[in-house]
Amino acid sequence: MESVKNIEKLLERYLEAETTIAEETRLQEYFAQEQIPAHLEEYRPMFQYFQIAKQERYTKEVPLKPGRNRSYLRWVSVAAVAVLLVGVYFNQQPQITSGNQFAALEEEYTQEEIQEAQMALAMFSKNFSKGTQGMTYLKEFERTTNKFLVNE
Amino acid sequence: MYKADVKEVFNQPSKMKQSEFLNTVMPFKDKLFRLAKRLLVSTEEAEDATQEIILKLWTNNEKIASYKSVEAFAMTMTKNYCLDRLKSKQANNLKLVHSNYTDENTSLQRQVEVNDSLNWMTKILNTLPEQQRMVLQLRDIEQYEYDEIAEMLDMKPTAIRVALSRARKAVREELIKKHNYGIG
Repeated sequence: MESVKNIEKLLERYLEAETTIAEETRLQEYFAQEQIPAHLEEYRPMFQYFQIAKQERYTKEVPLKPGRNRSYLRWVSVAAVAVLLVGVYFNQQPQITSGNQFAALEEEYTQEEIQEAQMALAMFSKNFSKGTQGMTYLKEFERTTNKFLVNE
Repeated sequence: MYKADVKEVFNQPSKMKQSEFLNTVMPFKDKLFRLAKRLLVSTEEAEDATQEIILKLWTNNEKIASYKSVEAFAMTMTKNYCLDRLKSKQANNLKLVHSNYTDENTSLQRQVEVNDSLNWMTKILNTLPEQQRMVLQLRDIEQYEYDEIAEMLDMKPTAIRVALSRARKAVREELIKKHNYGIG
């Protein structure tokens, strides 16, 4: 296909980096064939290698998802921090004023009135918990009834 | 109504971008990998480098559109990334030794002979200075034009020709040596 003379000339220019891509492709094709003159044989590995090296592939999967929402995640985190700060601020508010509130109560009511109110509240909570205990009985009752119902 | 609007704003454009991104990057991902491997030698490290570069491109994907050639930009990124890796390796005294040639006995089988000479070529190329290695990789294997290589490596075309000529001659010298050993 190619005359040896041509190839020799191309090789000379190739080594001086004066060949075009098309000429370099011609060289690669020439050295891919079986029969070449012995004195050119030493070039074969070079051009053969270039052709084979081209075929190496990157086969690993690249996980693109984590990067995808990054800019949007940044805003979400900013928003989350803002919400958190607001929450902390408002939570601290009553704690700071609770002492004052108690003082205000003492001013408004007498000691007796406060004690009475506390007792009433204590009674309320006692009775309320009794009521809740009653609820557990009710639950038990329901369970047993269900047992009978299921058995029948 | 409102929910649908939000979905449109947040999800759909990025999905479009992902397929678009893959369409632009996939055609040259192998080239990135091969350049990385030429510089880093180890396949694993080259794979890691390639993944890193693709992810970096992905996180900057709004900017990518403004580049003239994403491919050239990605090749430059790969080059810089790998050279940095090599530098930090040298600093840590962990430089890979890849010049330990063992003269394997020449087999009569043609296939083995081909593989043998391919291994030789890899070893020869690894002995070249990094710049020559990159130029040879980009020209003889990836077959880029000189002005493309100039953009990727930030070199003048004349400097590229000089480096390339040196690299080609060095490879030829080594092959002649090897060839003569083989016969003698």
